[in-house]
Amino acid sequence: MYPDYMRESLNKVEQSRNERLELAKSGKPVFTPMTAEERENVLKEFHPDYKEDARRKIRVGPNKGEMITAEVADMLESRSRIKPENFDLTHPDFNTDILVIGGGGGGCAAALVAMEQGAKCIVSTKLRIGDANSMMSQGGMQAAVSRTDSPTRHYLDAMGGGHFDNKPELVRALTEDAPDVVKWLEELGVVWDKNEDNSLQVLHGGGTSRKRMLSCRDYTGAIIMRTLMDEVRNHPDKIEVLEFTPTVELIMDENGNCAGGILYNLETEEYFTVRAKATIIATGGYGRLHIKGFDTTNHYGATGDGLVITYRAGAKLSYMDSVQYHPTGASFPEQIAGFLITEKIRGAGGQPLNIKGELFVFPREPRDVESSAFIRECLGRKKGIKTPSGRFGVWLDSPLIEMLQGEGYINKQFPAMHRQFIRYGIDITREPMLVYPTLHYQNGGTDINEKCETNIPGLYIAGESSGGVHGRNRLMGNSVLDYNVFGRRAGKFAAEYVKSVKIGKLSLEHIHDYEKELAKEGIETDRIAPVLLPSYTPEAVLKRQLTAHYEGTLR
Amino acid sequence: MLMGANSVKVMDKSKEKGKKKIGDTARNVPEEMVTVYIMGKGYRVPAEATIMGAIEYAGYQIKRGAGCREGFCGACGTVYKLPGDYKIHTGLACTTLVQDGMLLAQLPFIPNEKPAYDIDSLLPDVTAFQKVYPEIFRCVACNTCTKACPQDLQVMDYIQTAMRGDIEKTMDLSFDCVSCGLCAIRCPAEIVQFNVGILAKRLYGKYLAPESPELGQRLKEMKDKKYNTEYMEMKGMSYEDLKTLYYDRDSE
Repeated sequence: MYPDYMRESLNKVEQSRNERLELAKSGKPVFTPMTAEERENVLKEFHPDYKEDARRKIRVGPNKGEMITAEVADMLESRSRIKPENFDLTHPDFNTDILVIGGGGGGCAAALVAMEQGAKCIVSTKLRIGDANSMMSQGGMQAAVSRTDSPTRHYLDAMGGGHFDNKPELVRALTEDAPDVVKWLEELGVVWDKNEDNSLQVLHGGGTSRKRMLSCRDYTGAIIMRTLMDEVRNHPDKIEVLEFTPTVELIMDENGNCAGGILYNLETEEYFTVRAKATIIATGGYGRLHIKGFDTTNHYGATGDGLVITYRAGAKLSYMDSVQYHPTGASFPEQIAGFLITEKIRGAGGQPLNIKGELFVFPREPRDVESSAFIRECLGRKKGIKTPSGRFGVWLDSPLIEMLQGEGYINKQFPAMHRQFIRYGIDITREPMLVYPTLHYQNGGTDINEKCETNIPGLYIAGESSGGVHGRNRLMGNSVLDYNVFGRRAGKFAAEYVKSVKIGKLSLEHIHDYEKELAKEGIETDRIAPVLLPSYTPEAVLKRQLTAHYEGTLR
Repeated sequence: MLMGANSVKVMDKSKEKGKKKIGDTARNVPEEMVTVYIMGKGYRVPAEATIMGAIEYAGYQIKRGAGCREGFCGACGTVYKLPGDYKIHTGLACTTLVQDGMLLAQLPFIPNEKPAYDIDSLLPDVTAFQKVYPEIFRCVACNTCTKACPQDLQVMDYIQTAMRGDIEKTMDLSFDCVSCGLCAIRCPAEIVQFNVGILAKRLYGKYLAPESPELGQRLKEMKDKKYNTEYMEMKGMSYEDLKTLYYDRDSE
């Protein structure tokens, strides 16, 4: 239930609805999309990335001297959880072809494809298999499958959305593989939404010039992820899954190849060594670092672990100066603040409105532009709605969707969203949602080529943990596609690589070297990374946690 | 803060008013507090908190029992009792609000049968369930699973439709399942309902969903490398030309 003081504004939303409905039905854009110059201006003035303290120079490692997101720089300028001399690398605890780090969509896709090529895998995952942002994507996956669309148009939309900073060969791989990914997933048993004529249902997303968003109601990620993990579990003889056992460092060999990792059993606090001919990192993003103090849509384990361990091993990062804020995070009620409100809502005709019930931005600008416009409306033009706890928000008019698409559409297409709000007495078929940008995606990551290779032989990266596919801004639906396309590619190319590679003597020397570099730069810190888990312990409790020695969030 | 700790002032933060700085906005500290018993130990927590929020507010660092935190992953199945009520209630810790006097425990893991099967060798009918999950035929139609479902799904109904071999209906009714396992842990017939739902969805998607002719057409084009030239052209374009092409493109 919305508090009474919001009633006046809610009435204005209702009053303007019929006029906005006519506008939407006219087929013309409901608001004039921004020009290139307008986009640049609103980004510079209101996007959190452009704030003065958003970035700082990183002092160590392959990207030394570059300006990157400050919280990421802090995390990278940190110490290892382990002392290399404590490990006997001559007798590894596990031997395998491929170590897959991360049990989300990318890791599962990689393991399945590697298995088909005859490689054995160990999947090391911090939480349960499937505990990943992959599970949470609601709105859909982009793939150019309709008659009016083409993969090259998908390419152009993605390049423009990323402000042309994307690596072209990666965008080509992304868009070119997409139709095959749709087919592959359907053959594994993913239930795509279809139209009455059997064609795949496609909707718009921010920054798409053709309807290209495929979905599974608004449980798209959940359906895809559960299909992939169910299939992984069908092959316990070829894919060994180690849950609650994250990888906390990579192991190299004497020739500079990546050769496995150090795994940590979160429950028994034991460490294990895994010798692998190739390693695939699919650890996802860093939303739980709460960059700039923002709430996040990300799952509990999204602490950027892959970035840290690849960086220490000498892999280069790209676009680590850019963070994605999703325009529509929930702003009210407080309990779901920061939760994702799928972009599919706007794809289906939902409109963002200010306190006066007026449209103030084209609803489907690329995410960074749309987010900046929301922040401008609230903080710049002071036309946002303030919640009882002091947050800001703009309305996202969902009842309009039922008027446009027919009664019952929300229950059929957005069961998760409906459920999320009805718990708090808000029926989104009758009342709008209150939304504000929320920390959503790690645009950059470890640099890869179209084979998911890094500058370290034997080290492959797939999904959110990689950088370059989306430039400095990802479009909706391209991340679900990303982890499928590049998860499959990583599995394929790593499986080919392991057929011929010879692993030399194992080494953790790079951990020593990194610590030496920290010391040389005069960086003294008790920060330990990978972070593994965020802490939400309140101040009053922290004051009483008087154990003398701490290791990150685990005591 | 643990109940019974000797400082009332510290224990009940309801008297403290203040602001906590997060993001762009300052937020108020919660005012109303309630008592919950986490695995039997009493803690004062904000009245508006979710169970997960309350557990963390009390000072726990969750390892098992938190995943997406938004109601999609099913990591945080929780059982609880309320004062003066004999019933065992179930919910997701991330989406269920605390109530005063709530006595709760999270389930760290749900032991469940997930036999390895070959989807290519199954048929999209009742034989698939007979082969992979034969225990569903022990269903006594008690409806306990449905009552336990935090998603309010008709769980018993989809087990019944599975027993009849109606894959489509089972897929439809189990579509929003988050695999929290609360149904399975309450089931007197020891059925693993959520895995049955996953099998039904996979069988439907693979065998029964109508094939899209457009997708077949596009896959053929991709095989014939129809878009190679266009890709090469765009890759060869200057930044300015590509930008012009982008901003001039028409929209559907």
